[in-house]
Amino acid sequence: MKVLVTVKRVIDPYVKVRVKSDGTGVETANVKMAMNPFCEIAVEQAVRMKEAGVVTEIVAVSIGAPQCQETLRTAMAMGADRGILVETGTVDMQPLAVAKLVKAIIDKEQPKLVIMGKQAIDDDSNQAGQMVSALLGWPQSAFTSAIAVNGDSADVTREIDGGLEKLTIKLPAVVTTDLRLNEPRYVTLPNIMKAKKKPLEVLKPEALGVDITPRLKTLKVEEPPKRSAGVKVADVAELVAKLRNEARVI
Amino acid sequence: MSSYAAPLKDMQFAIAEFAGLEGIAALPGCAEVTGELVGAVLTEAGKFAQGVLDPLNRSGDRQGAQWRAGVVTAPDGFAEAYRQFAAAGWNGLAAPTDYGGQGLPHCIALPLQEMWNSANMAFCLCPMLTSGVQEALTHHGSTDLVKTYMPKLVSGEWTGTMNLTEPQAGSDLAAVRTRAVAEGDHYRIQGTKIFITWGEHDMAENIVHLVLARLPDAPEGVKGISMFVVPKFLVNADGSRGARNDIRCVSIEHKLGIHGSPTCVLAYGDHGGAIGRLVGEPNRGLEYMFTMMNHARLGVGMEGVAIAERAYQHALAYARTRVQGRAIGRKSGDRVTIIHHPDVRRMLMTMRAQTEAMRALGYLAAGELDRAKSHPDASVRARHQARLDLLTPVVKGWCTELAVEIASLGVQIHGGMGFIEETGAAQYLRDARITTIYEGTTGIQALDLIGRKVGAEHGATALALVAEMRELDAALAGAGTFFEQMHTTLAQAVDALESATRWLVDHYHAEPEAAAAVAVPYLKLFGAVAGGWLMARAALAVAARRGTSDADRTFIDAKLATARFYIEHLLPPAAALSLTVTRGAASTLALDPEGF
Repeated sequence: MKVLVTVKRVIDPYVKVRVKSDGTGVETANVKMAMNPFCEIAVEQAVRMKEAGVVTEIVAVSIGAPQCQETLRTAMAMGADRGILVETGTVDMQPLAVAKLVKAIIDKEQPKLVIMGKQAIDDDSNQAGQMVSALLGWPQSAFTSAIAVNGDSADVTREIDGGLEKLTIKLPAVVTTDLRLNEPRYVTLPNIMKAKKKPLEVLKPEALGVDITPRLKTLKVEEPPKRSAGVKVADVAELVAKLRNEARVI
Repeated sequence: MSSYAAPLKDMQFAIAEFAGLEGIAALPGCAEVTGELVGAVLTEAGKFAQGVLDPLNRSGDRQGAQWRAGVVTAPDGFAEAYRQFAAAGWNGLAAPTDYGGQGLPHCIALPLQEMWNSANMAFCLCPMLTSGVQEALTHHGSTDLVKTYMPKLVSGEWTGTMNLTEPQAGSDLAAVRTRAVAEGDHYRIQGTKIFITWGEHDMAENIVHLVLARLPDAPEGVKGISMFVVPKFLVNADGSRGARNDIRCVSIEHKLGIHGSPTCVLAYGDHGGAIGRLVGEPNRGLEYMFTMMNHARLGVGMEGVAIAERAYQHALAYARTRVQGRAIGRKSGDRVTIIHHPDVRRMLMTMRAQTEAMRALGYLAAGELDRAKSHPDASVRARHQARLDLLTPVVKGWCTELAVEIASLGVQIHGGMGFIEETGAAQYLRDARITTIYEGTTGIQALDLIGRKVGAEHGATALALVAEMRELDAALAGAGTFFEQMHTTLAQAVDALESATRWLVDHYHAEPEAAAAVAVPYLKLFGAVAGGWLMARAALAVAARRGTSDADRTFIDAKLATARFYIEHLLPPAAALSLTVTRGAASTLALDPEGF
């Protein structure tokens, strides 16, 4: 069975993000970048399924600047067999355009399972996976914390507000990963060396017939307001009163 | 408590500028060594260092290795971390591909050693010694020995040790007494070795000891020492692990630092003699040991860089969060974090500037090592080997001496809290303290520098390096006002190094005692001036990039400021050591031993 995983290049989670002085976005020039942690979980899941003999081929897909090749190499060092980069240059990539590009590649590659991160830690949109599923008309399992493939279906566990939801979905399907699905491995040195030799295909959005023009306009990006100092309450009654009247949360 | 983050940008910069990545990629067998590969390897190694090794550093220090009835247990978590380290293939990074290694050059291996040591020096000594054994065996071992041991040492399934020291034979190895007697195709070894790092532990299934011992008919002194491979478990003909050899760990030392690493007393042959096999030819053991010792000395120099970097990161994290006092010159307003205080900044800059200069020199030496090993032209190889030989004692001696000072500054920045173990600042100082001692003390490094490296060849390589330092003069003179001070101060410092070198060349043969008396000041002078030269080169290199569209302004501005600080604060006092070298020998020896 072939699996397709998507990997996004984002600001390294350990880096302090700074807003650009002109308020058009956040500073990414010369900032350390890394694979989105939820995408790492997606790759790890595919690799584990391949090691278990369930999966035969893993195709990693990334969309963005030419430097996303590094992210694809990381995915291949983790165990993906080949990579596809859709080079979109400096265009602000929004979830629907991403989903359409991913769909176009899925149409070409015909994987039986698509594993995506539930969201990327930069924009936190949490939309691309669901949109891919809708565009394809495939079943989806978002926020997945366990997955077991049984022939033409998969048993999945989803993390929902009320607890865990267990479903059986028909394949092909789209699965998005939650934090507890697995713990990604450290890449090994021999696999870094092997990854350099794995095939990496570079495509343009036009070649896939997808219009990636942004549909949303960013008005302004600014730092969240500084937290002001707290107040001490005398008793529970005052706390409840404040929650009700000032915070208006109960 | 801070968490280690590998300084990837400065590492990549130093690899490109000072090791000379482009030139190394052109060497035979190094075609794969691109900036992209270096970036990928450094990034992934950095994650491992940060995620696996660093979290065990403090717990390893507090718990320490444990000895019970001859069995040594590594601190909690070390065995699992070692398993991961070996499984990830890091152990075989620079090892030949024939035995399962990746055959990558030293310009990548040394920066990785820096990372491992920054994260957890006690842990990292184990793989470092293993690679030393690999090197000794590949250079001097028979095909059979290599076949038996190399694959397991490269994979990390087995670890290695160096057994030189005995109670009466420390720096003076001529006094080695351990005996080896031939018996069929092998030897029986009897004697006691001390200070054997990772000499016994529970992290690997076998331990391969390289032991210096004397044959019965061996001449006295250093020319009568042979090298033997003595495994903890004998190895069967099919390569599998056989019977336990006659080696016992009698005790482990209680040390000032590197508590996570067991320092063992090993008793060989209490029950008839441990079985060992000769490496190479009889009586050439010390010579063999030195081929890898030079390499190990570079490695210990990197330990200095590593601890300095870690101590800096730790102190920086504290200085950013500790609130104390108002900003200087303000009588009211909020209290500030101590990084706002000028003297704290001076200390942080001192740590940072010296660490970057040390890294530059260390990586430069790694580049020399790669060229000396792999360049197709023999005369070019010889030139780089001479440069490497000259720089090795400087990297070892200077980087480790500074590491102690830098780690001490790290404690100072913490104030009283630095003296309290809970903040973790003291561990770096305690761990750094061994680096000026093992693999040859600073005094031994300095004697090597003035003797074999400067005196023996009348200063040829050293003066050639001085001439190369002067080549920067014109570039600095024409680089604008920012570089004016750098230009004059560096020129004076290079002059100081030259006059000290010439004094040594003139006095080394005629007055060896006087030369020896000022050898350490000379080594420190050498390191500091070489560091200044490289910081000036770094400043010129980043200044040239400043105008490009994708220039990393944060990195460039920081490098310029750091280089300037080095030249203004650290170079002048170091250059003054030239006066000590040329005039200070007599006062050193003025009191005779009875006069103390």
